[in-house]
Amino acid sequence: MGSTAVTEAPAAVTLAGVSKVYGRGTAAVRALDQVSLTAAPGEFTCLVGASGCGKSTLLSLVAGLEAPTAGQVSVGGRVALMFQEPALFPWLTAAGNVELALRARGAGKAERRAKAAGLLEAVRLGGFGRKRPHELSGGMRQRVALARALAQDADVLLMDEPFGALDAITRDLLHDELGRICAGRDLAVLFVTHDVREAVRLGDRVILLGSRPGRVIGEYPVPIGRPRRIESAPVAELAGAITARLREEASGHGR
Amino acid sequence: MADDTLPGLDALGAGAPAPRGAGEAARRAWSWLWPKLAALAIACAAWELVHLSGWKKYVLPGPGVTLSNLWQQAHAGLLWHAVGTTLERAVLGYALALLTGVAAGLAVSWIRPLRAAVGSLITSMLTMPSLAWLPFAIILFGTTTQAILFVIVMAAAPSVASGLIAGVDHTPPLMVRAATMMGLRRLSLHRHLILPASLPAFVAGLRQAWAFAWHALMAGELLVIIANRPSIGVLLSSYQDQADMPGTIAIMIVILVIGIAADAAFGAASRAIRRRWGLA
Repeated sequence: MGSTAVTEAPAAVTLAGVSKVYGRGTAAVRALDQVSLTAAPGEFTCLVGASGCGKSTLLSLVAGLEAPTAGQVSVGGRVALMFQEPALFPWLTAAGNVELALRARGAGKAERRAKAAGLLEAVRLGGFGRKRPHELSGGMRQRVALARALAQDADVLLMDEPFGALDAITRDLLHDELGRICAGRDLAVLFVTHDVREAVRLGDRVILLGSRPGRVIGEYPVPIGRPRRIESAPVAELAGAITARLREEASGHGR
Repeated sequence: MADDTLPGLDALGAGAPAPRGAGEAARRAWSWLWPKLAALAIACAAWELVHLSGWKKYVLPGPGVTLSNLWQQAHAGLLWHAVGTTLERAVLGYALALLTGVAAGLAVSWIRPLRAAVGSLITSMLTMPSLAWLPFAIILFGTTTQAILFVIVMAAAPSVASGLIAGVDHTPPLMVRAATMMGLRRLSLHRHLILPASLPAFVAGLRQAWAFAWHALMAGELLVIIANRPSIGVLLSSYQDQADMPGTIAIMIVILVIGIAADAAFGAASRAIRRRWGLA
């Protein structure tokens, strides 16, 4: 397409040769070893690995909560983080929790109220703004947490097994919602999970992490059109291939 | 999808509030009240039995004589005057303890070196009997109201401080991470997360502080007798001097009732907060 086409979009997240070691000397634990990856704005990247692959360490580094031992982490823009637990403030209503994130960004009162209502609407909790977290179900709380993360107006959304504690049906519903919400925004999403099907269902790309030390052992683009169903044949097929690779790694032949 | 449509199966997880009517409220009040009335009746019956058995019969009055003594005192001005003085001291002393305790608690939880230095001291202050402060207070302030207030503050402030410190310490780390990611720092972090998160433990500390303050006040009033200032302690001590047992027990009942009423108020506040926080 001539000279005009190829201008690489600036990456939202770049990790270059990142290592993280906890402790010193003989007690040192290498959590991440030479991890390099990039995520572009609007791209949904899933990170999959068994426990001990340093997934949570990787997110902490991107979130700026910890510093790498070696290598470079660069993030273009603000970062929001969502955990497996909703971590909502129980003394605030659902709307209050979302409004607090807006307030931390310096939004005025009227703006906070309007935006929080809009975000709760976006996660399909329109009528539930005045409920407190303990009055909501697990899935609804996680929706509020998503609205709160979106309220931070971030460029990068980090999700640490956000649906890990939910039942399969609720999780499936939230997959739909998340896909719909992310489609309308220029968010770079890094989604950590140990559920391979969930990763294939959601991601534009699935990155496989090996364990002890955590490192990238494979990268799979997901060439399946949307909307996807978690039980559909193409999703199951790719998930099967990735799971086979993970099993190989776990049994020690992959090294 | 309409505004208030429940999002799919999620709705099944959200509990519906139980319907409540006037009849329901009355039933709940009665089920709360009757065990207390029954306990009171049993206590009076046991008392009456001891009285009828003739044990210490010249000095131990029965409930009838005692309650009529209380009734008479309630119709004379002196008891109410004394209760007024005592409650005034209680409120003033508790307020001072609250200020001191909050200031100390905040300083210790915010300033790390101070924490290392005096953190354990506050806990050990909790074991100090308030009576042991009295001689010190009397030498320092003389037999004055200040001496009594000083003892209340020394007894109650450590509870206030340690409740606050415990609350700050037990703020869930995941919530701190969430708040930090939102961009809340230092003062705003304290205002929006740490102080509200520590409220349940703080109120538990306030309740314990009230019990300590009330103990200290009674001890102080019994030993620091100020002329022409009738108080509950002065009444108790003068009935003791007159060997007036019905009067003594009547005053003890007044002390018990005030203590229970205040504790119930703290209990209600604590329950309201726990319910709002979703803890109960």
